[in-house]
Amino acid sequence: MSQLLPPEFFTATVPLNAYLILSAILFAIGACGFMFRKNIITIYMCIELMLNAVNLSFVTFSYQFGKVDGQIYSFFVMVVAAAEAAVGLAIILTIFRNRGTLQIDEIDTLKN
Amino acid sequence: MDFILLSILKTAIAAPVLLGTLAYLVWIERKVLAHVQLRMGPSRVGPHGLLQPIADAIKLLTKEDFIPSYVNHVYYWLAPWLALMFAVTAISVLPVGPIVEIFGVKTNMGQADISIGLLLILGLTGMGVYGIALAGWSSNNKYSLLGGLRSSAQMISYELPMALAIASPLLIVNSLNLREIVNGQAGHVFGIIPNWNAIGGLQIFSFIIYLICAFAETNRIPFDLPEAENELVSGYNTEYSSMKFAAFFMAEYANIITACSVATTLFLGGWHPIIPNELGGQFIPTLICFFFAGVLFYHALNPARPSDRLSMGVIGAIILGLGLLFQVPVVKELAQPLFWFASKAGFLIFVFIWVRGTVPRFRYDQLMRFAWLVLFPAALLNLLLTAFVVAAKSN
Amino acid sequence: MDVILFTFFALVAIVGAVSLVLQKHPISSALSLVSVMVALAVLFLLLGAEFIAAAQLVVYSGAIMVLFVFVIMLLNAGAERESRKGGLAQFLGLPLTAILLVFASYVITQSMSNAKAVKFGAFTGGGPREVGWELFTRYLLPFEVTSILILIAIAGAVVLARKEID
Repeated sequence: MSQLLPPEFFTATVPLNAYLILSAILFAIGACGFMFRKNIITIYMCIELMLNAVNLSFVTFSYQFGKVDGQIYSFFVMVVAAAEAAVGLAIILTIFRNRGTLQIDEIDTLKN
Repeated sequence: MDFILLSILKTAIAAPVLLGTLAYLVWIERKVLAHVQLRMGPSRVGPHGLLQPIADAIKLLTKEDFIPSYVNHVYYWLAPWLALMFAVTAISVLPVGPIVEIFGVKTNMGQADISIGLLLILGLTGMGVYGIALAGWSSNNKYSLLGGLRSSAQMISYELPMALAIASPLLIVNSLNLREIVNGQAGHVFGIIPNWNAIGGLQIFSFIIYLICAFAETNRIPFDLPEAENELVSGYNTEYSSMKFAAFFMAEYANIITACSVATTLFLGGWHPIIPNELGGQFIPTLICFFFAGVLFYHALNPARPSDRLSMGVIGAIILGLGLLFQVPVVKELAQPLFWFASKAGFLIFVFIWVRGTVPRFRYDQLMRFAWLVLFPAALLNLLLTAFVVAAKSN
Repeated sequence: MDVILFTFFALVAIVGAVSLVLQKHPISSALSLVSVMVALAVLFLLLGAEFIAAAQLVVYSGAIMVLFVFVIMLLNAGAERESRKGGLAQFLGLPLTAILLVFASYVITQSMSNAKAVKFGAFTGGGPREVGWELFTRYLLPFEVTSILILIAIAGAVVLARKEID
């Protein structure tokens, strides 16, 4: 099987910058969603997307320097995200129970 | 040999075997349940109902695929295949035997041999809940939705004690690679007691906790709340028929196979024999086959039905031949580990069916209370004790 | 092989992320995010971070996102409604994000001139053993602090989500 394919198929590499730019793109998309969406849960998921994008950067830098530290940071990010999800979703549940809506611009009783 | 070619070859062997096992597991389950309840079970299609799975498959394939008008179409289509995909993919990292050499090719008996195999299985089986949750949500039916909700809450809750129960044998074998986990359980304590984690490793409590959690993770009685038929019609798969229903069915059985194989790998020493080979452990497969062949020959000589004279005799002869196969030099290397792995996993699958026939269903609040107030602290305590023992031993 | 895998899963991640932002129903958004996370797990594997890839599958897509889907199904709130009250973010958001993206790409390509090329299997220091060793030696204090954080989060979630006891 491997004789059928050109050797470049197995030896070609991806530049590290591609990973970093992918991370930046994902972060930007997450930031856009954070600004434009009106549903609290979707906004929350956009934050998770941004955290994931940052994780990709951390792991990429870990590869660049040949050290495991970057991966440890992304591990901490995951742990904090898990804690954040538990508390955040509890808050969302409470908001929905009290106001009956998830539209973020309808929860404005403190305005004026 | 080439890695890609070898993988394709192994998949070509493993996939039909897996599908056949899934089909015949249904037959075995129905037979065992029937005998637990003093019934005959399937007996019309073929001798002893042995062709029943084929009849079932034809029925499910040719049945009208009815889709209610009020479902969310995309997710309704996606859900069953998602469930099946994750259930079957998880099996690919399970090793069923040691590294063997066939026709000069050295290979491991299993699809992939990766360093984080156990974590991958945990991740993939955890993803399987999306299929069930989506099915419940997209069916747009209150019973299905309740089933999906119950399933996702139950999966999250039972994943915690399960992970803790898995962690304590990992402390002993000190690896996440499934092959190394099995190799760490080789040998025998005092030359006779198998050094498996559940027995020689004294991890019997985590083994029991793992098994209980596996019942919940695979949505089986006594924890089959997501599809409790006398409260939720059929739970998440109420609105499904034909092949989509079959996909859910196969996913459930594939999950059972995965759970039992992981239990075998982690706690029951994988493919290692129960008695050391020096004391005749390698003859046990043959002896067991001879015993079953003898039972079948007895029934062939004293038939309860006229047809038994032929069917029992033929099956007995096949099993006799199988028993002799375990002693043929070249085949032995392959067949013996396979026998031990399959018999241990098969016994656990039998326990699953046995429990289904004997234990009633939990109530939902009891289910949650049991997970958080009994299993979780017990698993935590067990992990703590194991950690202390391992630390004391290494110093 | 590396190039094909990277291109495919990077595209999956980007399409999933765009779909997360554009979908109107939260369940569709949640599933898009799951696909992004699975694609990122594969990219982590390509970068040699085996443990993080598995943790991504188990923690993110197997637990956190299941929790999201659970809450969405529980609230059954339906699709998001259009609303006009956008304000500043509606007009400046997209251009500013585009500027951020261009700037970040420029900085990356300029400053990372000595960047390595990524080859699967070149970096093997990301297994569970290495991560665990670092976590329990050099990063012991942060590790313990996060465990306290999780404890507080559990208590907070229980207090917030329980029904009022009068």
